[in-house]
Amino acid sequence: MEGGPGARIREGDCAVLKRDEVFKAVSVLRRRKIIFEKQWFYLDNAIGHVYGTTFEVTSGGNLQPKQEVEETTTETKEAGTDNRNIVDDGKSQKLTHDDIKALKDKGIKGQEIVQQLIENSTTFRDKTEFAQDKYIKKKKKKYEAVITIVKPSTRILSTMYYAREPGKINHLRYDTLAQMLTLGNIHAGNKMIVMETCAGLVLGAVMERMGGYGSIIQMYPGGGPVRAATSCFGFPKPFFDNLHEFPLSKVQSLLSGTFSTETLPADPEENALVEEESNGLSEEKQTSLQETEEEPAPEAPMEINPTEEQDTMDINAEDVEFKENKEKENKENVREKQIKQWERRKKLKEAAALLREKNADGLIVASKFHPTPLLLSLLEFVAPSRPFVVYCQYKEPLLECYTKLRERGGVINLKLSETWLRNYQVLPDRSHPKLTMSGGGGYLLSGITVVLEKDKCDSSNSEALKMEEPSSKRCKLQDLPC
Amino acid sequence: MYHKEKFLLFSNLWDPSIDCNWIKSTVESSSLNFLELSCWHLICTVWFCSVLEKIKLLGFVSVGSAPPWSCETFLTYLFFSRWQSPAKYKIVTMSFVEYGDTIKDGDTAIVFLGHESMFPVKVQHGSVTQTKYGVIRHSTDLIGKKYGSKVTCSKGGWVFILHPTPELWTMNLPHRTQILYSTDISIITMMLELKPGSIVCESGTGSGSLSHALIRTVAPTGHLYTVEFHQQRAEKAREEFREHGVEHLVTVTNQDVCKNGFGVSNIADAVFLDIPSPWEAIGHAKSALKAEGGRICSFSPCIEQVQRTCLAMEEYGFTEINTLEILLRVYNVRTVSLQIPDLGKAAEDNSSTGFDSSNPSHQESPCANLQQGTVQFKSGVPLREVVGHTGYLTFATKSLV
Repeated sequence: MEGGPGARIREGDCAVLKRDEVFKAVSVLRRRKIIFEKQWFYLDNAIGHVYGTTFEVTSGGNLQPKQEVEETTTETKEAGTDNRNIVDDGKSQKLTHDDIKALKDKGIKGQEIVQQLIENSTTFRDKTEFAQDKYIKKKKKKYEAVITIVKPSTRILSTMYYAREPGKINHLRYDTLAQMLTLGNIHAGNKMIVMETCAGLVLGAVMERMGGYGSIIQMYPGGGPVRAATSCFGFPKPFFDNLHEFPLSKVQSLLSGTFSTETLPADPEENALVEEESNGLSEEKQTSLQETEEEPAPEAPMEINPTEEQDTMDINAEDVEFKENKEKENKENVREKQIKQWERRKKLKEAAALLREKNADGLIVASKFHPTPLLLSLLEFVAPSRPFVVYCQYKEPLLECYTKLRERGGVINLKLSETWLRNYQVLPDRSHPKLTMSGGGGYLLSGITVVLEKDKCDSSNSEALKMEEPSSKRCKLQDLPC
Repeated sequence: MYHKEKFLLFSNLWDPSIDCNWIKSTVESSSLNFLELSCWHLICTVWFCSVLEKIKLLGFVSVGSAPPWSCETFLTYLFFSRWQSPAKYKIVTMSFVEYGDTIKDGDTAIVFLGHESMFPVKVQHGSVTQTKYGVIRHSTDLIGKKYGSKVTCSKGGWVFILHPTPELWTMNLPHRTQILYSTDISIITMMLELKPGSIVCESGTGSGSLSHALIRTVAPTGHLYTVEFHQQRAEKAREEFREHGVEHLVTVTNQDVCKNGFGVSNIADAVFLDIPSPWEAIGHAKSALKAEGGRICSFSPCIEQVQRTCLAMEEYGFTEINTLEILLRVYNVRTVSLQIPDLGKAAEDNSSTGFDSSNPSHQESPCANLQQGTVQFKSGVPLREVVGHTGYLTFATKSLV
């Protein structure tokens, strides 16, 4: 099994770095400087180790597997009972900044630095046991640089995205994503329709749950689907065999039977980049501007720029491709383009054929667009008695969507919901809720399709399908100017 | 050679000392493809039941009725017939792990009456089901119909017949214990990183609400080992899994998980605990998990239970210990109209009424009806009573070291 537990880190893998609660997705490449949590290092030494290994960062930016250390807490602990005699005079720490820096420059292990800090703190012994714990924890976090390298998963990537780049995923909180996967009954063997503008995170989550069994048709706006997050999952190649894409702009023509593959949207690669930029920058700016007009913003509007993108995902595949392309001759390029174009057309036909069957096992929508028109059109492709789930960052569009779906009919058990997530600190005698997260996680509208009672009018589609039989590849290639 | 290898597996199957893991490792090491692997699932179940009478062939093989063979003959027959034409003897993985278009005899279907009122029904030739809208006759009204169809009952009222899913089952199953609902189930599934192929251990089985969801997620190549110390409940769960055509994906063991563990070791990717004293089962959970690591989750309603569980997890070297709680908020969609107070202003002076009716062309915006003195708008109104607490979920990772 590829990517099961016990898998080893290989060059070219997509991996996730973890330090405490902070994640970062990287691709494992030799001699490549990685900056994570104010530290820089190289991943070369991690290659060959098992996923889940914890490393320490040495002074030269190298990683070495962390040795398990026995906690030497044999000495009888002294501790105060309260803080009535602790005065903040700013002189409790005898080590100066320069002293600490010197220790660090010597390459002394973080653990020892923490020990030194404790020994040179005059108030440490007077602190309560709990306060001592807290002090040690804080210093450990600062001076002990340990990094765990883990395999990507929906759990990790959805947590990472929500923390680092919520704007890119329409503020879809990970518990909301979990609800979508369950409410949508996503499982192996399904034929799913996914419409998302969440950088491909939702698509990846669906792919993980389907394990390569079944098929997915991704509906995309603009020139091509954005799958930046999908690539972080590191799925094996076969997972992509039954992943199709279909342009949203062709949905109406497909439904009315006037669809043809002659006019394609522009090259997806070029467009996808433009998409990313516009999604990331101008869109964000616009919405934040609109929001600030309405209310005095309590927090600075979040701006996302390409460098930040680089910070979350250090994936340089494009560079490599670009170089390779440059080396090729122009003639080859033209030919390549035509073959590519032809391939895309073939794939588009396949996707269209799959949609035309109108027997999809579910629909997942999570996008920046208004959900109502999407639902009213895309539900046409879903078989009866199948679940659908729509995500929206805001409640109001879903209120309208609910009403419109009721008018349309063909759906039952409509439910508008939201989840709240509360994290807890659990420690002996110190248990309490941590931060509560409510709002900002988005809303869901879910339901089940049923047979829609109206005139049957899809018998003509099968005729059109026969007309569109793709001619065999070989003769197409011969037609190309060589 | 290939043949022989598999036949060996069959002949050894009736030696009671063989354990499931041996069979599994043999099968997996013999580079069988997926189809044969599901065949293995079947064998394993047969072996586990060990009593032929208990095997409902109908649940497995799409042949008309159970042939009166000895078990071995049957298996050999099954094996060779599958070897020759696998398609003919496809294992019938009904409904709960695979969608079907039409309602078949033996299916569990959901009768939807509207307003979230529904109930499950076992479809059988010649049966009838009473609803408040009248009688449903299975042979004529259900069998052969499309899932999602409207079915008219004898009194002229109608219902929808829905395809079963773990979520609908959760809403409709017969309670033998307190159950987990889909909100908790969804976060459990994601945080345990479950997917097709995962091996999961669960205790207790309870009413099987979570079990069905887990089976759905790990199918077709994963497996659920579920442990229930209450004999009747364990038996009932087995029966349900059989009825739902998922018994090849699940093994129910009737024992005390705190004393005897999960009955497997070093094979699980994830462990889930929903028992009164989970801290007593953490050690067993650790040994059930794969040597290279895995995830664990424990569900407890009380914080004191969580405290002890967290301590036990730390003691056994689990990392990333994290406790959370998830709450569902459901909203009713309503159109609300609020009255405008009469402040004695002239009616035609719109701007002074103090609200914004900026976009009258857009139907969905609040529409002011000044003649009547009301403003209408759509609202998502929280239900009057909602679930405030189900339980705390504690997650952790078994790490390498």
